[in-house]
Amino acid sequence: MTTTVSATAALALGDDALVLSHRLGEWAGHAPVLEEEVALANIALDLLGQARVLLSTAGDEDELAYLREERAFRNLQLVEQPNGDFAHTIARQLYFSTYQHLLYAGLAATDGPFADLAAKAVKEVAYHRDHAEQWTLRLGDGTETGHERMQRACTALWRFTGEMFQPVDGLDVDLAGMETAWLESVRAVLHRATLTVPEGPRTGAWSAGAGRQGVHTESFGRMLAEMQHLHRSHPGASW
Amino acid sequence: MATAAAHQAYGTTEDTADTGAYERAFDAAVAADERIEPRDWMPDAYRATLVRQMAQHAHSEIIGMQPEANWITRAPSLRRKAILMAKVQDEAGHGLYLYSAAETLGTSRDELLDKLHSGRQKYSSIFNYPTLTWADVGAIGWLVDGAAITNQVPLCRCSYGPYARAMVRICKEESFHQRQGYELLLALGRGTPEQHAMAQDAVNRWWWPSLMMFGPPDDESAHSAQSMTWKIKRHSNDELRQRFVDICVPQAESLGLTLPDPDLRWNEERGHYDFGPIDWTEFKEVLKGNGPCNEQRLTQRRRAHEEGAWVRESAAAYAARHTSRTDGASKPGETGATRA
Ligand SMILES: [Fe+2]
Ligand SMILES: [Fe+2]
Repeated sequence: MTTTVSATAALALGDDALVLSHRLGEWAGHAPVLEEEVALANIALDLLGQARVLLSTAGDEDELAYLREERAFRNLQLVEQPNGDFAHTIARQLYFSTYQHLLYAGLAATDGPFADLAAKAVKEVAYHRDHAEQWTLRLGDGTETGHERMQRACTALWRFTGEMFQPVDGLDVDLAGMETAWLESVRAVLHRATLTVPEGPRTGAWSAGAGRQGVHTESFGRMLAEMQHLHRSHPGASW
Repeated sequence: MATAAAHQAYGTTEDTADTGAYERAFDAAVAADERIEPRDWMPDAYRATLVRQMAQHAHSEIIGMQPEANWITRAPSLRRKAILMAKVQDEAGHGLYLYSAAETLGTSRDELLDKLHSGRQKYSSIFNYPTLTWADVGAIGWLVDGAAITNQVPLCRCSYGPYARAMVRICKEESFHQRQGYELLLALGRGTPEQHAMAQDAVNRWWWPSLMMFGPPDDESAHSAQSMTWKIKRHSNDELRQRFVDICVPQAESLGLTLPDPDLRWNEERGHYDFGPIDWTEFKEVLKGNGPCNEQRLTQRRRAHEEGAWVRESAAAYAARHTSRTDGASKPGETGATRA
Protein backbone atom coordinates (compact mmCIF):
# COMPACT_ATOMS: atom_id res chain seq x y z
CA MET A 1 0.00 0.00 0.00
CA THR A 2 1.34 3.42 -0.83
CA THR A 3 -0.10 6.38 0.92
CA THR A 4 0.52 9.89 -0.28
CA VAL A 5 2.94 11.69 1.96
CA SER A 6 1.32 14.15 4.26
CA ALA A 7 3.05 17.49 3.77
CA THR A 8 2.24 18.41 7.36
CA ALA A 9 4.02 15.36 8.69
CA ALA A 10 6.97 15.72 6.29
CA LEU A 11 7.43 19.33 7.38
CA ALA A 12 7.15 18.48 11.06
CA LEU A 13 9.82 15.77 10.89
CA GLY A 14 11.92 17.59 8.29
CA ASP A 15 11.97 20.82 10.27
CA ASP A 16 12.94 18.97 13.45
CA ALA A 17 15.94 17.50 11.67
CA LEU A 18 16.85 20.70 9.85
CA VAL A 19 16.74 22.91 12.92
CA LEU A 20 18.55 20.53 15.26
CA SER A 21 21.22 19.96 12.62
CA HIS A 22 21.71 23.70 12.40
CA ARG A 23 22.06 24.06 16.15
CA LEU A 24 24.60 21.23 16.28
CA GLY A 25 26.47 22.86 13.41
CA GLU A 26 26.97 25.89 15.64
CA TRP A 27 29.29 23.77 17.77
CA ALA A 28 31.89 23.45 14.99
CA GLY A 29 35.17 24.79 16.30
CA HIS A 30 33.80 25.14 19.85
CA ALA A 31 33.46 21.56 21.09
CA PRO A 32 34.98 20.57 24.45
CA VAL A 33 37.16 17.83 22.94
CA LEU A 34 38.27 16.97 19.42
CA GLU A 35 36.35 13.68 19.36
CA GLU A 36 33.17 15.66 19.94
CA GLU A 37 33.91 17.94 16.99
CA VAL A 38 33.69 14.76 14.95
CA ALA A 39 30.72 13.25 16.79
CA LEU A 40 28.52 16.35 16.83
CA ALA A 41 29.22 17.02 13.16
CA ASN A 42 28.40 13.41 12.45
CA ILE A 43 24.99 13.74 14.09
CA ALA A 44 24.37 17.10 12.44
CA LEU A 45 25.13 15.56 9.04
CA ASP A 46 22.79 12.62 9.62
CA LEU A 47 20.02 15.01 10.58
CA LEU A 48 20.66 17.27 7.61
CA GLY A 49 20.46 14.25 5.34
CA GLN A 50 17.10 13.29 6.86
CA ALA A 51 15.88 16.87 6.57
CA ARG A 52 16.74 17.03 2.88
CA VAL A 53 14.83 13.84 2.10
CA LEU A 54 11.81 14.91 4.13
CA LEU A 55 11.63 18.48 2.87
CA SER A 56 12.02 17.27 -0.70
CA THR A 57 8.90 15.18 -0.33
CA ALA A 58 7.02 18.35 0.65
CA GLY A 59 8.50 20.69 -1.98
CA ASP A 60 11.83 22.24 -2.91
CA GLU A 61 14.26 21.74 -0.03
CA ASP A 62 15.95 25.12 -0.37
CA GLU A 63 12.76 27.09 -0.83
CA LEU A 64 11.37 25.46 2.27
CA ALA A 65 14.50 25.95 4.35
CA TYR A 66 15.41 29.44 3.24
CA LEU A 67 12.25 31.22 2.19
CA ARG A 68 9.69 30.36 4.83
CA GLU A 69 8.93 32.79 7.62
CA GLU A 70 9.31 31.77 11.23
CA ARG A 71 5.59 31.09 11.71
CA ALA A 72 5.60 28.57 8.86
CA PHE A 73 8.16 26.26 10.50
CA ARG A 74 6.69 23.17 12.12
CA ASN A 75 9.58 21.92 14.28
CA LEU A 76 9.33 21.22 17.98
CA GLN A 77 10.37 24.05 20.25
CA LEU A 78 12.83 21.62 21.87
CA VAL A 79 15.14 21.42 18.85
CA GLU A 80 15.37 25.17 18.36
CA GLN A 81 16.56 25.81 21.93
CA PRO A 82 20.02 27.43 21.95
CA ASN A 83 22.99 25.13 22.54
CA GLY A 84 23.73 26.51 25.99
CA ASP A 85 26.61 24.68 27.62
CA PHE A 86 27.53 21.13 26.60
CA ALA A 87 25.11 19.75 29.20
CA HIS A 88 22.17 21.57 27.60
CA THR A 89 23.15 20.24 24.21
CA ILE A 90 23.36 16.72 25.59
CA ALA A 91 20.03 17.00 27.43
CA ARG A 92 18.41 18.24 24.21
CA GLN A 93 20.02 15.31 22.37
CA LEU A 94 18.85 12.83 24.97
CA TYR A 95 15.25 13.99 24.91
CA PHE A 96 15.07 14.35 21.14
CA SER A 97 17.02 11.30 19.98
CA THR A 98 15.08 9.03 22.33
CA TYR A 99 11.87 10.37 20.80
CA GLN A 100 13.18 10.21 17.25
CA HIS A 101 14.44 6.67 17.73
CA LEU A 102 11.05 5.47 18.99
CA LEU A 103 9.28 7.39 16.25
CA TYR A 104 11.41 6.05 13.39
CA ALA A 105 11.33 2.53 14.78
CA GLY A 106 7.53 2.83 14.81
CA LEU A 107 7.35 4.30 11.31
CA ALA A 108 9.76 1.72 9.93
CA ALA A 109 7.39 -1.02 11.08
CA THR A 110 4.44 0.44 9.16
CA ASP A 111 3.84 0.35 5.41
CA GLY A 112 3.19 4.08 5.43
CA PRO A 113 4.93 6.75 3.37
CA PHE A 114 7.81 7.25 5.82
CA ALA A 115 8.71 3.60 6.21
CA ASP A 116 11.73 3.61 3.88
CA LEU A 117 13.23 6.78 5.26
CA ALA A 118 12.59 5.62 8.82
CA ALA A 119 14.20 2.24 8.22
CA LYS A 120 17.41 3.94 7.14
CA ALA A 121 17.31 6.75 9.69
CA VAL A 122 16.58 4.51 12.65
CA LYS A 123 20.15 3.15 12.50
CA GLU A 124 21.65 6.63 12.53
CA VAL A 125 19.38 7.72 15.33
CA ALA A 126 20.29 4.68 17.42
CA TYR A 127 23.83 6.04 17.42
CA HIS A 128 22.63 9.55 18.33
CA ARG A 129 20.68 8.11 21.23
CA ASP A 130 23.63 6.07 22.43
CA HIS A 131 25.90 9.11 22.19
CA ALA A 132 23.48 11.18 24.27
CA GLU A 133 22.98 8.44 26.86
CA GLN A 134 26.70 7.87 27.31
CA TRP A 135 27.32 11.58 27.80
CA THR A 136 24.39 11.89 30.20
CA LEU A 137 26.10 9.23 32.31
CA ARG A 138 29.54 10.85 32.12
CA LEU A 139 28.24 14.27 33.05
CA GLY A 140 25.63 13.18 35.59
CA ASP A 141 27.78 10.59 37.29
CA GLY A 142 31.16 12.28 36.83
CA THR A 143 32.27 15.31 38.78
CA GLU A 144 30.12 17.47 41.00
CA THR A 145 30.18 20.27 38.43
CA GLY A 146 29.19 17.85 35.70
CA HIS A 147 26.32 16.59 37.81
CA GLU A 148 25.04 20.07 38.65
CA ARG A 149 25.19 21.29 35.09
CA MET A 150 23.54 18.18 33.70
CA GLN A 151 20.77 18.37 36.28
CA ARG A 152 20.13 22.01 35.49
CA ALA A 153 19.98 21.24 31.75
CA CYS A 154 17.63 18.29 32.12
CA THR A 155 15.30 20.35 34.28
CA ALA A 156 15.40 23.40 32.02
CA LEU A 157 14.45 21.47 28.89
CA TRP A 158 11.88 19.20 30.54
CA ARG A 159 8.96 21.48 29.73
CA PHE A 160 9.68 21.19 26.01
CA THR A 161 9.20 17.42 25.97
CA GLY A 162 5.40 17.10 26.11
CA GLU A 163 4.99 18.53 22.64
CA MET A 164 6.67 15.52 21.08
CA PHE A 165 3.64 13.35 21.73
CA GLN A 166 0.92 15.61 20.38
CA PRO A 167 -0.73 14.25 17.25
CA VAL A 168 0.54 15.32 13.84
CA ASP A 169 -1.64 15.03 10.74
CA GLY A 170 -0.46 12.13 8.62
CA LEU A 171 1.79 10.60 11.24
CA ASP A 172 0.33 7.22 11.96
CA VAL A 173 2.00 6.02 15.14
CA ASP A 174 0.93 5.02 18.61
CA LEU A 175 1.80 8.26 20.42
CA ALA A 176 0.56 7.14 23.82
CA GLY A 177 2.69 4.00 23.65
CA MET A 178 5.66 6.04 22.49
CA GLU A 179 5.27 8.46 25.35
CA THR A 180 5.25 5.66 27.89
CA ALA A 181 8.35 4.13 26.33
CA TRP A 182 10.07 7.53 26.19
CA LEU A 183 9.39 8.26 29.85
CA GLU A 184 10.56 4.83 30.87
CA SER A 185 13.79 5.12 28.89
CA VAL A 186 14.65 8.67 29.89
CA ARG A 187 13.89 7.98 33.55
CA ALA A 188 16.15 4.93 33.47
CA VAL A 189 19.05 6.87 31.92
CA LEU A 190 18.67 9.77 34.36
CA HIS A 191 18.51 7.31 37.20
CA ARG A 192 21.70 5.56 36.11
CA ALA A 193 23.33 8.97 35.78
CA THR A 194 22.35 9.70 39.42
CA LEU A 195 20.17 12.57 38.19
CA THR A 196 16.72 13.46 39.45
CA VAL A 197 13.86 13.12 37.00
CA PRO A 198 12.40 16.63 36.64
CA GLU A 199 8.97 17.11 38.13
CA GLY A 200 7.46 20.04 36.25
CA PRO A 201 4.68 19.69 33.73
CA ARG A 202 5.61 18.64 30.23
CA THR A 203 2.71 20.36 28.50
CA GLY A 204 0.12 22.93 29.43
CA ALA A 205 -1.19 26.33 28.50
CA TRP A 206 1.87 28.06 29.94
CA SER A 207 4.49 25.59 28.77
CA ALA A 208 5.75 24.61 25.37
CA GLY A 209 3.56 22.86 22.90
CA ALA A 210 3.10 25.04 19.89
CA GLY A 211 6.11 24.54 17.61
CA ARG A 212 4.06 22.19 15.50
CA GLN A 213 1.54 25.00 15.06
CA GLY A 214 4.23 27.50 14.07
CA VAL A 215 4.57 29.26 17.39
CA HIS A 216 8.23 29.34 18.36
CA THR A 217 10.54 30.74 21.00
CA GLU A 218 12.40 34.03 20.76
CA SER A 219 15.82 32.70 19.79
CA PHE A 220 14.41 30.89 16.76
CA GLY A 221 13.90 34.08 14.75
CA ARG A 222 17.57 34.97 15.16
CA MET A 223 18.61 31.49 14.16
CA LEU A 224 16.57 31.77 10.96
CA ALA A 225 17.86 35.28 10.26
CA GLU A 226 21.39 33.91 10.26
CA MET A 227 20.52 30.77 8.33
CA GLN A 228 18.48 32.50 5.62
CA HIS A 229 20.32 35.77 5.20
CA LEU A 230 22.72 34.88 2.39
CA HIS A 231 20.21 32.87 0.39
CA ARG A 232 17.62 35.65 0.62
CA SER A 233 20.18 38.32 -0.32
CA HIS A 234 20.51 36.81 -3.80
CA PRO A 235 16.97 36.07 -5.00
CA GLY A 236 16.88 33.42 -7.69
CA ALA A 237 20.63 32.74 -7.60
CA SER A 238 21.82 29.16 -7.66
CA TRP A 239 24.71 27.99 -5.53
CA MET B 1 70.30 -4.80 3.52
CA ALA B 2 70.11 -2.22 6.21
CA THR B 3 66.79 -3.49 7.48
CA ALA B 4 67.81 -5.78 10.31
CA ALA B 5 70.25 -3.38 11.91
CA ALA B 6 68.13 -0.29 11.43
CA HIS B 7 64.97 -1.55 12.99
CA GLN B 8 66.44 -2.54 16.33
CA ALA B 9 64.36 -1.22 19.16
CA TYR B 10 66.00 1.67 20.93
CA GLY B 11 68.13 0.15 23.70
CA THR B 12 68.84 1.74 27.02
CA THR B 13 72.57 1.70 26.56
CA GLU B 14 74.46 4.98 26.74
CA ASP B 15 77.41 3.36 25.03
CA THR B 16 78.60 5.77 22.35
CA ALA B 17 79.96 3.02 20.16
CA ASP B 18 76.52 1.39 20.13
CA THR B 19 74.83 4.70 19.41
CA GLY B 20 77.18 5.11 16.49
CA ALA B 21 76.08 1.76 15.13
CA TYR B 22 72.41 2.64 15.59
CA GLU B 23 72.95 5.93 13.85
CA ARG B 24 74.63 4.33 10.86
CA ALA B 25 71.83 1.83 10.60
CA PHE B 26 69.26 4.62 10.81
CA ASP B 27 71.02 6.62 8.09
CA ALA B 28 71.21 3.56 5.89
CA ALA B 29 67.53 2.79 6.38
CA VAL B 30 66.55 6.35 5.47
CA ALA B 31 68.87 6.32 2.47
CA ALA B 32 67.29 3.05 1.31
CA ASP B 33 63.80 4.65 1.54
CA GLU B 34 62.76 2.35 4.34
CA ARG B 35 60.18 3.47 6.87
CA ILE B 36 61.24 4.35 10.39
CA GLU B 37 58.73 3.01 12.92
CA PRO B 38 57.99 4.22 16.48
CA ARG B 39 60.07 1.52 18.18
CA ASP B 40 63.11 2.00 15.95
CA TRP B 41 66.10 3.93 17.15
CA MET B 42 66.19 7.48 15.80
CA PRO B 43 68.32 10.56 16.45
CA ASP B 44 66.85 12.96 19.01
CA ALA B 45 66.88 15.78 16.49
CA TYR B 46 64.90 13.67 14.00
CA ARG B 47 62.32 12.92 16.67
CA ALA B 48 62.12 16.58 17.69
CA THR B 49 61.77 17.75 14.08
CA LEU B 50 58.98 15.29 13.44
CA VAL B 51 57.10 16.16 16.61
CA ARG B 52 57.36 19.85 15.80
CA GLN B 53 56.19 19.35 12.22
CA MET B 54 53.34 16.96 13.06
CA ALA B 55 52.20 19.20 15.90
CA GLN B 56 52.17 22.26 13.70
CA HIS B 57 50.28 20.30 11.10
CA ALA B 58 47.73 19.01 13.63
CA HIS B 59 47.26 22.51 15.07
CA SER B 60 46.68 23.83 11.54
CA GLU B 61 43.93 21.30 10.99
CA ILE B 62 42.02 22.28 14.09
CA ILE B 63 42.56 26.05 13.84
CA GLY B 64 41.69 25.74 10.16
CA MET B 65 38.21 24.60 11.16
CA GLN B 66 37.40 28.11 12.41
CA PRO B 67 37.42 30.22 9.24
CA GLU B 68 35.20 27.71 7.45
CA ALA B 69 32.94 26.91 10.40
CA ASN B 70 32.27 30.64 10.28
CA TRP B 71 30.04 29.93 7.26
CA ILE B 72 28.27 26.69 8.27
CA THR B 73 25.27 28.50 9.73
CA ARG B 74 24.97 30.75 6.67
CA ALA B 75 25.56 28.25 3.86
CA PRO B 76 23.19 29.30 1.06
CA SER B 77 21.84 25.84 0.13
CA LEU B 78 21.34 22.64 2.06
CA ARG B 79 23.63 20.77 -0.33
CA ARG B 80 26.45 23.25 0.28
CA LYS B 81 25.77 23.16 3.98
CA ALA B 82 26.19 19.38 4.07
CA ILE B 83 29.43 19.58 2.06
CA LEU B 84 30.85 22.27 4.31
CA MET B 85 29.90 20.50 7.54
CA ALA B 86 31.51 17.32 6.26
CA LYS B 87 34.64 19.22 5.31
CA VAL B 88 35.02 20.87 8.69
CA GLN B 89 34.44 17.48 10.28
CA ASP B 90 37.17 15.99 8.09
CA GLU B 91 39.61 18.63 9.36
CA ALA B 92 38.83 17.64 12.95
CA GLY B 93 39.52 14.04 11.91
CA HIS B 94 42.85 15.08 10.37
CA GLY B 95 43.74 16.73 13.65
CA LEU B 96 42.96 13.45 15.42
CA TYR B 97 45.12 11.35 13.08
CA LEU B 98 48.03 13.73 13.40
CA TYR B 99 47.92 14.07 17.18
CA SER B 100 47.86 10.28 17.30
CA ALA B 101 50.84 10.08 14.96
CA ALA B 102 52.71 12.51 17.21
CA GLU B 103 51.79 10.38 20.23
CA THR B 104 53.74 7.49 18.71
CA LEU B 105 56.84 9.58 19.45
CA GLY B 106 55.92 9.95 23.08
CA THR B 107 54.29 13.38 23.02
CA SER B 108 50.70 13.52 24.24
CA ARG B 109 47.91 15.52 22.66
CA ASP B 110 47.43 17.49 25.88
CA GLU B 111 51.05 18.51 25.88
CA LEU B 112 50.85 19.69 22.28
CA LEU B 113 47.56 21.54 22.79
CA ASP B 114 49.15 23.26 25.73
CA LYS B 115 51.94 24.49 23.51
CA LEU B 116 49.44 25.71 20.93
CA HIS B 117 47.39 27.56 23.53
CA SER B 118 50.41 29.20 25.09
CA GLY B 119 51.77 30.26 21.69
CA ARG B 120 54.87 28.07 21.90
CA GLN B 121 53.88 26.14 18.81
CA LYS B 122 52.50 27.58 15.61
CA TYR B 123 49.86 26.67 13.08
CA SER B 124 49.73 27.57 9.42
CA SER B 125 49.56 31.35 9.05
CA ILE B 126 46.97 31.09 6.29
CA PHE B 127 44.25 30.65 8.90
CA ASN B 128 44.95 34.09 10.30
CA TYR B 129 43.09 35.58 7.36
CA PRO B 130 39.33 36.18 7.68
CA THR B 131 36.54 34.53 5.68
CA LEU B 132 34.54 37.58 4.69
CA THR B 133 32.08 36.14 2.19
CA TRP B 134 30.64 32.80 1.18
CA ALA B 135 33.07 32.72 -1.76
CA ASP B 136 35.94 32.49 0.73
CA VAL B 137 34.78 28.96 1.49
CA GLY B 138 35.36 28.12 -2.16
CA ALA B 139 38.66 29.97 -2.33
CA ILE B 140 39.92 28.12 0.73
CA GLY B 141 38.95 24.77 -0.74
CA TRP B 142 40.47 25.47 -4.12
CA LEU B 143 43.60 27.34 -3.07
CA VAL B 144 44.34 26.49 0.56
CA ASP B 145 43.46 22.81 0.38
CA GLY B 146 45.10 22.80 -3.05
CA ALA B 147 48.33 24.20 -1.64
CA ALA B 148 48.10 21.79 1.28
CA ILE B 149 47.86 18.85 -1.13
CA THR B 150 50.86 20.05 -3.12
CA ASN B 151 52.78 20.23 0.15
CA GLN B 152 51.47 16.99 1.57
CA VAL B 153 51.42 14.49 -1.25
CA PRO B 154 55.23 14.09 -0.96
CA LEU B 155 54.73 13.53 2.80
CA CYS B 156 52.93 10.29 2.00
CA ARG B 157 56.47 9.01 1.33
CA CYS B 158 57.92 10.58 4.47
CA SER B 159 60.53 8.41 6.20
CA TYR B 160 58.52 8.23 9.43
CA GLY B 161 55.89 5.48 9.01
CA PRO B 162 52.98 6.74 11.16
CA TYR B 163 53.22 10.23 9.66
CA ALA B 164 53.36 8.88 6.11
CA ARG B 165 50.34 6.66 6.71
CA ALA B 166 48.33 9.49 8.27
CA MET B 167 49.14 11.60 5.23
CA VAL B 168 47.82 8.99 2.82
CA ARG B 169 44.39 9.16 4.44
CA ILE B 170 44.50 12.93 4.78
CA CYS B 171 45.52 13.60 1.19
CA LYS B 172 42.57 11.61 -0.15
CA GLU B 173 40.18 13.83 1.77
CA GLU B 174 42.05 17.04 0.96
CA SER B 175 41.64 16.34 -2.73
CA PHE B 176 37.87 16.10 -2.24
CA HIS B 177 38.00 19.45 -0.46
CA GLN B 178 39.98 20.98 -3.29
CA ARG B 179 37.50 19.76 -5.91
CA GLN B 180 34.51 20.90 -3.86
CA GLY B 181 36.05 24.35 -3.43
CA TYR B 182 36.70 24.58 -7.15
CA GLU B 183 33.15 23.49 -7.90
CA LEU B 184 31.75 26.07 -5.46
CA LEU B 185 33.70 28.83 -7.22
CA LEU B 186 32.63 27.51 -10.60
CA ALA B 187 28.97 27.86 -9.58
CA LEU B 188 29.62 31.44 -8.44
CA GLY B 189 31.68 32.25 -11.53
CA ARG B 190 28.80 31.14 -13.73
CA GLY B 191 26.18 32.74 -11.50
CA THR B 192 24.87 36.27 -11.20
CA PRO B 193 27.23 39.26 -11.61
CA GLU B 194 27.18 39.66 -7.82
CA GLN B 195 28.21 36.03 -7.33
CA HIS B 196 30.98 36.36 -9.90
CA ALA B 197 32.29 39.48 -8.18
CA MET B 198 32.17 37.70 -4.83
CA ALA B 199 34.26 34.85 -6.24
CA GLN B 200 36.81 37.19 -7.84
CA ASP B 201 37.16 39.18 -4.63
CA ALA B 202 37.80 36.03 -2.61
CA VAL B 203 40.43 34.78 -5.04
CA ASN B 204 42.11 38.19 -4.98
CA ARG B 205 42.42 38.01 -1.21
CA TRP B 206 43.47 34.36 -0.90
CA TRP B 207 45.93 34.02 -3.79
CA TRP B 208 49.04 35.58 -2.24
CA PRO B 209 48.60 34.11 1.23
CA SER B 210 48.23 30.69 -0.45
CA LEU B 211 51.59 31.12 -2.16
CA MET B 212 53.09 31.95 1.23
CA MET B 213 51.89 28.59 2.56
CA PHE B 214 54.95 26.95 1.01
CA GLY B 215 57.15 28.84 3.41
CA PRO B 216 60.07 31.21 2.91
CA PRO B 217 62.20 31.05 -0.24
CA ASP B 218 64.76 28.25 -0.31
CA ASP B 219 67.74 30.43 0.58
CA GLU B 220 66.01 31.51 3.81
CA SER B 221 64.42 28.26 4.89
CA ALA B 222 65.80 27.26 8.27
CA HIS B 223 65.02 23.55 8.49
CA SER B 224 64.96 22.47 4.87
CA ALA B 225 68.36 20.86 4.24
CA GLN B 226 68.32 18.51 7.22
CA SER B 227 64.69 17.56 6.62
CA MET B 228 65.54 16.68 3.02
CA THR B 229 68.36 14.37 4.12
CA TRP B 230 66.02 12.71 6.59
CA LYS B 231 63.36 12.41 3.88
CA ILE B 232 60.82 14.19 6.00
CA LYS B 233 60.77 16.71 3.21
CA ARG B 234 61.22 15.74 -0.44
CA HIS B 235 61.03 18.98 -2.40
CA SER B 236 62.10 22.53 -1.69
CA ASN B 237 59.61 25.30 -0.82
CA ASP B 238 60.20 27.09 -4.11
CA GLU B 239 59.82 23.91 -6.12
CA LEU B 240 56.44 23.16 -4.53
CA ARG B 241 55.30 26.76 -4.88
CA GLN B 242 56.11 26.68 -8.60
CA ARG B 243 54.25 23.40 -8.99
CA PHE B 244 51.20 24.95 -7.31
CA VAL B 245 51.25 28.05 -9.53
CA ASP B 246 51.52 25.87 -12.63
CA ILE B 247 48.45 23.89 -11.54
CA CYS B 248 46.36 26.94 -10.59
CA VAL B 249 46.78 29.17 -13.64
CA PRO B 250 44.83 26.99 -16.09
CA GLN B 251 42.25 26.21 -13.40
CA ALA B 252 41.66 29.94 -12.82
CA GLU B 253 41.09 30.29 -16.56
CA SER B 254 38.46 27.54 -16.53
CA LEU B 255 36.79 29.25 -13.59
CA GLY B 256 36.61 32.50 -15.53
CA LEU B 257 38.51 34.23 -12.76
CA THR B 258 41.80 36.11 -12.83
CA LEU B 259 44.71 35.74 -10.44
CA PRO B 260 45.83 39.04 -8.91
CA ASP B 261 49.36 39.09 -10.32
CA PRO B 262 50.25 41.25 -13.35
CA ASP B 263 53.57 39.41 -13.73
CA LEU B 264 51.98 36.03 -14.18
CA ARG B 265 52.89 34.61 -17.61
CA TRP B 266 54.02 31.41 -19.24
CA ASN B 267 57.79 31.12 -19.62
CA GLU B 268 58.45 28.90 -22.61
CA GLU B 269 62.10 28.48 -21.76
CA ARG B 270 61.56 27.38 -18.16
CA GLY B 271 58.42 25.44 -18.96
CA HIS B 272 56.75 27.13 -15.99
CA TYR B 273 54.69 30.18 -15.18
CA ASP B 274 56.65 33.18 -13.97
CA PHE B 275 55.02 35.02 -11.11
CA GLY B 276 55.56 38.30 -9.29
CA PRO B 277 57.41 38.90 -6.03
CA ILE B 278 55.81 37.71 -2.80
CA ASP B 279 55.42 40.20 0.03
CA TRP B 280 57.52 38.45 2.66
CA THR B 281 57.09 41.33 5.06
CA GLU B 282 53.40 40.50 5.27
CA PHE B 283 54.26 36.83 5.78
CA LYS B 284 56.62 37.62 8.66
CA GLU B 285 54.16 39.99 10.28
CA VAL B 286 51.35 37.42 10.22
CA LEU B 287 53.77 34.79 11.53
CA LYS B 288 54.73 37.11 14.39
CA GLY B 289 51.10 37.38 15.42
CA ASN B 290 50.11 40.56 13.61
CA GLY B 291 47.77 39.04 11.05
CA PRO B 292 44.11 40.02 10.93
CA CYS B 293 42.88 37.03 12.94
CA ASN B 294 45.77 35.64 15.02
CA GLU B 295 44.31 36.88 18.26
CA GLN B 296 40.78 35.82 17.40
CA ARG B 297 41.72 32.27 16.34
CA LEU B 298 43.83 31.57 19.40
CA THR B 299 41.29 33.13 21.74
CA GLN B 300 38.49 30.98 20.36
CA ARG B 301 40.66 27.87 20.63
CA ARG B 302 41.61 28.61 24.21
CA ARG B 303 38.05 29.43 25.14
CA ALA B 304 36.70 26.19 23.66
CA HIS B 305 39.36 24.29 25.58
CA GLU B 306 38.79 26.10 28.87
CA GLU B 307 35.01 25.98 28.63
CA GLY B 308 35.27 22.28 27.85
CA ALA B 309 37.48 21.52 30.85
CA TRP B 310 34.59 20.54 33.11
CA VAL B 311 33.26 18.19 30.41
CA ARG B 312 36.60 16.41 30.04
CA GLU B 313 37.05 16.25 33.81
CA SER B 314 33.61 14.80 34.36
CA ALA B 315 34.18 12.19 31.63
CA ALA B 316 37.51 11.25 33.20
CA ALA B 317 35.96 10.98 36.67
CA TYR B 318 33.19 8.79 35.29
CA ALA B 319 35.66 6.59 33.43
CA ALA B 320 37.84 6.21 36.52
CA ARG B 321 34.86 5.18 38.62
CA HIS B 322 33.55 2.70 36.10
CA THR B 323 36.68 1.16 34.60
CA SER B 324 36.32 -2.01 36.62
CA ARG B 325 32.68 -2.36 35.71
CA THR B 326 31.45 -3.68 32.42
CA ASP B 327 28.35 -1.59 32.04
CA GLY B 328 29.04 -0.82 28.42
CA ALA B 329 29.95 2.83 28.88
CA SER B 330 32.63 3.78 26.38
CA LYS B 331 35.35 6.36 26.75
CA PRO B 332 34.79 9.78 25.17
CA GLY B 333 37.22 8.88 22.40
CA GLU B 334 35.03 6.01 21.33
CA THR B 335 32.00 8.13 20.61
CA GLY B 336 33.54 9.82 17.60
CA ALA B 337 32.43 7.34 15.01
CA THR B 338 33.22 8.69 11.59
CA ARG B 339 30.67 9.48 8.99
CA ALA B 340 29.54 6.54 6.94
FE1 LIG C 1 42.89 18.78 6.54
FE1 LIG D 1 41.01 20.11 3.96
